[in-house]
Amino acid sequence: MTGASPAIETRSLTKVYGSGNTEVVAMSDVSLSIGKGEVVALLGPSGAGKSTLLTAIGLINPPTSGSILIGGLAVMEGPAALVDVRAFRRRQIGYVFQKANLIPFLTALENVQLASEINDVSPREARNRALELLEYLGVGDRVKNLPHMLSGGQQQRVAVARALANSPSVVLADEPTAALDSVRGRQVMELFRKVAHEKGAAVLVVTHDQRALDVFDEILEMEDGILRAHDQTPPDANGSES
Amino acid sequence: MNLAVRDIKHNLARFSLTTVGIGMLLMIVMGMGGIYRGLIEDAILLVNRIDADLWVVQYGTRGPFAEISRVPRNLENRLRAVPGVQSARSFVSHTVQRDHGGKPLRMVVNGLSWPDDKGEWLPLVVGRPLGSAHYEMIADRLLGLRIGDSLKLGKDRFTVVGITQGMIGQGGDGLAFFTVSDALSIQFDSSPESIRLERAARKARAFRDDIGNIQPSLMAKADLPSQKLPAVPRAMISAALVKVGPGVDPAVVSARISGWRDVSVHTADQQRELLLKGTVDKARRQIGLFTALLVLISAIIMSLIIYTLTLDKTRDIALLKLMGARNSVILSLILQQAIILGGLGYLLAFYVGQWIFPYFPRRVIIMHEDLFRLGLIVIVISVLSSLLGIWKAMKIQPNEVLS
Repeated sequence: MTGASPAIETRSLTKVYGSGNTEVVAMSDVSLSIGKGEVVALLGPSGAGKSTLLTAIGLINPPTSGSILIGGLAVMEGPAALVDVRAFRRRQIGYVFQKANLIPFLTALENVQLASEINDVSPREARNRALELLEYLGVGDRVKNLPHMLSGGQQQRVAVARALANSPSVVLADEPTAALDSVRGRQVMELFRKVAHEKGAAVLVVTHDQRALDVFDEILEMEDGILRAHDQTPPDANGSES
Repeated sequence: MNLAVRDIKHNLARFSLTTVGIGMLLMIVMGMGGIYRGLIEDAILLVNRIDADLWVVQYGTRGPFAEISRVPRNLENRLRAVPGVQSARSFVSHTVQRDHGGKPLRMVVNGLSWPDDKGEWLPLVVGRPLGSAHYEMIADRLLGLRIGDSLKLGKDRFTVVGITQGMIGQGGDGLAFFTVSDALSIQFDSSPESIRLERAARKARAFRDDIGNIQPSLMAKADLPSQKLPAVPRAMISAALVKVGPGVDPAVVSARISGWRDVSVHTADQQRELLLKGTVDKARRQIGLFTALLVLISAIIMSLIIYTLTLDKTRDIALLKLMGARNSVILSLILQQAIILGGLGYLLAFYVGQWIFPYFPRRVIIMHEDLFRLGLIVIVISVLSSLLGIWKAMKIQPNEVLS
C-alpha cells in the first residue's frame, strides 16, 4: 500500500438482497483499503460477491450497511449517498468491463473524448486528451475506427483510455480480460499496472484469470461474501504442511 | 459532441426509412388539411369572385347554392329601380353531365347577364371574355377543353373562347360560363317530340275545359310556341345579383328589397356563411375530424418509433449514466432525434406533397398559415412522442451495462 490517505476505503460493507426466507447475503463485513497508485486484484468464484463489492465502491449499487470513503471522503453511509453520486462517478471513478462496452456509433477517439466532454471539458481539450491517452495505450493509429473495426484487445484499450479520460483517482475493472486470449489479457493487466503506477490511480480489478497475478501489488479473495487475503501457497504445499 | 447526429449517421438507412414513413404520414395530414381548405375555397370561390353585394333569391329560400331558387328574369329590372343599386344582373347556375370525347363531362353551367356581364372578372389564362350573345362559352381548365373546342349542349353547339384557372364548384366540378339565355336553353332543353306533345296537351286541355269553345282565339293559339303565349310562364333564373353604389350601405338596400314579398335577400357574407354552414359543413367537419385523428395517429406512431430507438440504446444510455452523464445529455439525445425525425419528415411531406397534390382530383390548397400550424404541431408531436422514450431512458439503471 502506498501513500498516507487510502484512495479506496471500505468499512464493514454488507449487502443483503431480499428479505426473510429469500434473504441472500452477497457481501458481509467487507473492509479494505487501497492506496493511490496501487493495483489490486480481487479473485473469487462466481457468486462470491466480487461484482457486488465493485459496484458498491463504484457507487452503482449501494450497500445495505457500512461505509465507503474515496480519497478520504465519505461517499456512502449504508445505502445513503453522501455526495452527488453521478457527479462523483464522473470526476473520480473510471470503469472497465468484461466487454469494452464502447458506444457503437462513436469512433475510438470520440468514445474517449465523450467521457471528458461529459465532465465539462471543452471539446478541443477533450480531444487532445483522448488522443494522448490512446497514443499512450498503444491504439493511437486506430482513433478514427468505429468499435466494430477494432479487435477485442484494441477495444479494451480504448475502454481503459475512456476510464482514464478524467484522470480518476479510482479505476474499477470487472473481469476486463475475460473476453481476451492470454497474451492480450496479460497486456491489459500490465496496462492497469502502468496506469496505477504512472498516473497514480488506485486500480481494483476483479478477475478469474490467475495467469497474470504477478502484475498486481496486492491480491484479495472473496468467497461467500467474505473478503480475505489471497493464499498464494500452492495446494500441494498446504497438504504437506498439514 | 452531438450524440443524436452521430447515432443517426451510424444508422442512416434505418433512420431514413423511418423518416420516409413519418414523412408520408405527415404528407397525408398535410393533404387532408389541404383538401379541407380546398373544400372551403371551392365552395365560396364563385361568391368571392362574382363581385356582388347582394344575392336576391326566391322568397323563403337560401338559394341558389344551398337549395333551388327560381326568380323571374325581369327581377333585375325591378332591382335597378331601387335607390342605391348601381347594377343588377341575372344569375343562373346548374350542373350538367354530358359525354365528350367518349368520356363523361360534368360541369357547372353558370349564366352571365349579357351584355352587362361578359365575364371580364373571370381569371382567364387563355382566350377572351364572351363576345357574343349566343353560342360561346368560357370553361375552366379542369374540364379539359381547349380554345376553339366545340361542345354540343342541348340543341346548340358552343365554342370555347376562354379558359379559366381554378374556377371550381362546391362539388369539385369545373365551372363553365355562358350567357343567361344560353344557360337557360341548356337547362330547359326539350326534345322536339316532347314539345309537340306539350302543345297537343295544351290544346286538349283548352278543348276539355270548354274554354277553347268560349274563346276560339285561345284555342287557335294553344299549340303555338310557348314564348308566344303570355299565359305560359317564361323560364326563370336562379338569382339576381346586386351591386350597390359607392358609399351605399348594402344593409340599407337589402332591407328595402327584403320588403318585397316574392324574394329573399342575402349579403355576400351571408351567402358565404350559408355555403359553409350548409352544403359543405358535414364534409368539412368530417375532414377536420379525420385530420385530427391522423395527427393523433402520427403522434402515437412517432412515440413508438422514438421509444423503440431508445430501447435500442438502452446499453449506451446505461453506460452514459455510469460514466456520470447528466440527464440533460440523455434527454437531449432523445429529444433531438425526435425533432430531427419530425423536422425531416415535415420537409419530406412538404416537398413530396408539392409534387403529388396537383394530381389530386380536387383542389388541395396548402396555405402558409396551415404550413406554420402543422410545423408547430410537428414540433409538439416530436416533443410529446419523445416523452415515452425519455421516461424509459430515465428508468434505465447504470448497472444495466454490467448485465
